[in-house]
Amino acid sequence: MRKQVMALAMTSTLALGFLGACGNTDSASGGGSSETVKIALQAPMSGGSATLGEAIKNGAAMAVEEEKAAFEKAGFSLELVEYDDQGDPQKGVSNAQIIGSDQDVYGVVAHLNSGVFIPSSEVYERYNIPSVSPASTATDVTDRGLKSVNRIVARDDFQGPAGAEYAVQEIGAKKIFVINDKTAYGQGLATAFAEAAAEEGAEIVGEAGITVGEKDFNGVLNQVSAADPDLVYFGGLYSEGGLLIKQARDNGIDAAFMGGDGMDSSTLVEIAGDTVSNVYLTSVAGDSSATEFAKNYEDEYGAKPESFSIYGYDSAKVLMEGILDAAEENGGKLPAKDKVAAAVRAVDDYEGEMTQVSFDDKGDNEFAKIFIYKFDEASYPAKIQGEISQ
Amino acid sequence: MMTQVWDTLPQVLIDGLTLGAIYAIIALGYTMVYGILELINFAHGEIFMAGAFIGTAVLIGLTGLGWVAVMPAIFVLLLVLVITGGLTGMLGMGIERLAYRPLRKASKLITLITAIGVSFLLQDIVRFITETQQNNYIVNTPSLFPGSLSISGLNIRYSFLVVIVVAILMMIALEFFVNRTKWGLAMRAVAQDQDTASLMSVNVNKVISVTFFVGSALGGATGVLFAIHYGTIDPYIGFILGLKAFTAAVLGGIGNIRGAMAGGMLLGLLEMFAAANLSAITAGVLSSEYKDVFAFAILILVLIFRPEGLFGRAAIEKV
Repeated sequence: MRKQVMALAMTSTLALGFLGACGNTDSASGGGSSETVKIALQAPMSGGSATLGEAIKNGAAMAVEEEKAAFEKAGFSLELVEYDDQGDPQKGVSNAQIIGSDQDVYGVVAHLNSGVFIPSSEVYERYNIPSVSPASTATDVTDRGLKSVNRIVARDDFQGPAGAEYAVQEIGAKKIFVINDKTAYGQGLATAFAEAAAEEGAEIVGEAGITVGEKDFNGVLNQVSAADPDLVYFGGLYSEGGLLIKQARDNGIDAAFMGGDGMDSSTLVEIAGDTVSNVYLTSVAGDSSATEFAKNYEDEYGAKPESFSIYGYDSAKVLMEGILDAAEENGGKLPAKDKVAAAVRAVDDYEGEMTQVSFDDKGDNEFAKIFIYKFDEASYPAKIQGEISQ
Repeated sequence: MMTQVWDTLPQVLIDGLTLGAIYAIIALGYTMVYGILELINFAHGEIFMAGAFIGTAVLIGLTGLGWVAVMPAIFVLLLVLVITGGLTGMLGMGIERLAYRPLRKASKLITLITAIGVSFLLQDIVRFITETQQNNYIVNTPSLFPGSLSISGLNIRYSFLVVIVVAILMMIALEFFVNRTKWGLAMRAVAQDQDTASLMSVNVNKVISVTFFVGSALGGATGVLFAIHYGTIDPYIGFILGLKAFTAAVLGGIGNIRGAMAGGMLLGLLEMFAAANLSAITAGVLSSEYKDVFAFAILILVLIFRPEGLFGRAAIEKV
């Protein structure tokens, strides 16, 4: 008993000491000469879409690094704080609460997954923190009319139809089988595609759902073989998409495959291997491999950027441009956060590395495009086939 | 509608058998441990997963040494199965020694929770190791048996044949081990009554260790089969598969080895059939993502009408 009391007393002293130490550092940095401006970043750094999350983080980190000097000149010290949303809405929201309660955070580059961005953005909105998403495409992200929520990529209700137009007119698909992973993203995309493809004159010969995390899709693929389509459309992410393609080819299905930006990852190629040929992707992300950014990225991280790296970069830049605008308008001091949010929304004709940015009154980017890619061999990225403007 | 069900049936049977064979061998591990300790070893699914990773690592290592290119694939498979089975067997024994044995006299609930804890621990350990190795925890297994036979529209992958044959061999070996060897006899004795068995100079702890070793070795070897057949693994495959294998064990009658095999096969077939045909049967109301609901609904029906499982005997309370 006495031992336990001792142990308890010791641990609590330790804990108190630790808290005290933290408090000290806080007040020390707060008392510095320049005001701190933090940019928060939330993306899945672990879990099934970690490849894309890391890509966004690295892009945003480069942007922040580059802007440090400009902020220094304006009298602010700039900092990036990273949070891992694990692709999980609950985790995203709880991180958002932490971000919201941090007085120094003036903007969020956030979320790969729409399903995470939608609930988390409610929290950002409550604290008036402007957010720019480099990758969330669900219509609901901006359709809710939140003042602080923006994105620089195209919407799902445009991506699906753009893919359908290409599939029917360019690939010449007449019979199409549609599969989705039953997530908000996958289902939304697949439904938008199916409707548009039907309007274009193709026949939807079957629809099926799969479960995220499963490894055996032969059941669904049996339906596909029975329907014998020209093209299989999959609304979902690369880990299931890659397996689906591989198992389909193993089962002797040689129809073309098409998927959305969730499949746009080098891991797709790793999983599917040689079976990845004759696979089309529609992506909200353009090919960034020829940009200055890609060169810098490779110098910095020793690896080629993923598709969304440059969007993480552009998102962060747009956000910081808005913050600086707001500070300038306020006589060199940071205004209240709702003013910053308004300034970010008002960013006009910003020339990013990848995409031009002007937000409309909902927060969608007027210059967003859909890009069509095709894999001919097992190498990433795929070859670009065309682009469709919104 | 029926024509589609009929046309796809042969392929569905083949795919279902593969999945079923995997469920069946994992189910053996659950059922053996339950039969002896009345403990549901929820970490067994993770031992299966660890086996998939160890097997893949060994395979990648052998490929790196250039052995795969020169040796016949079947020898490579045997080598990988033996190494992996040995390692996961030790892993299972270690888990029993560290996490279950100290709690053997505690209530069933406590060991159950420990088992769940162990399974999360294993998931994250494997994930940590894989991520430090390659930055991404989805791992691709080099394919040992590529290609497939095509017989009148029916597609049979070579790896399917390998999975089925190895699975059946493993089941036969286990039957032989349990029914014909001294250790098997000791296991059955401990399963009947630990105290009496220990009075008959059976070393109960040793027998339990051996049970865990054999069950885990089989689980790990199954992981190798899974990795070779499906080609892609991640640290979370053990959870869903383990749950379904456990269900298969219950379906066959938990504690019963033949029941576990039959239950696994049946569950695999049902699941695959549902995935392929649910939307055709229900005219599009239910689609294949409801396959698990379908399989589990059948499980519930079986258990209502035959609570001891398909092959189990109704338990007779010891007086």
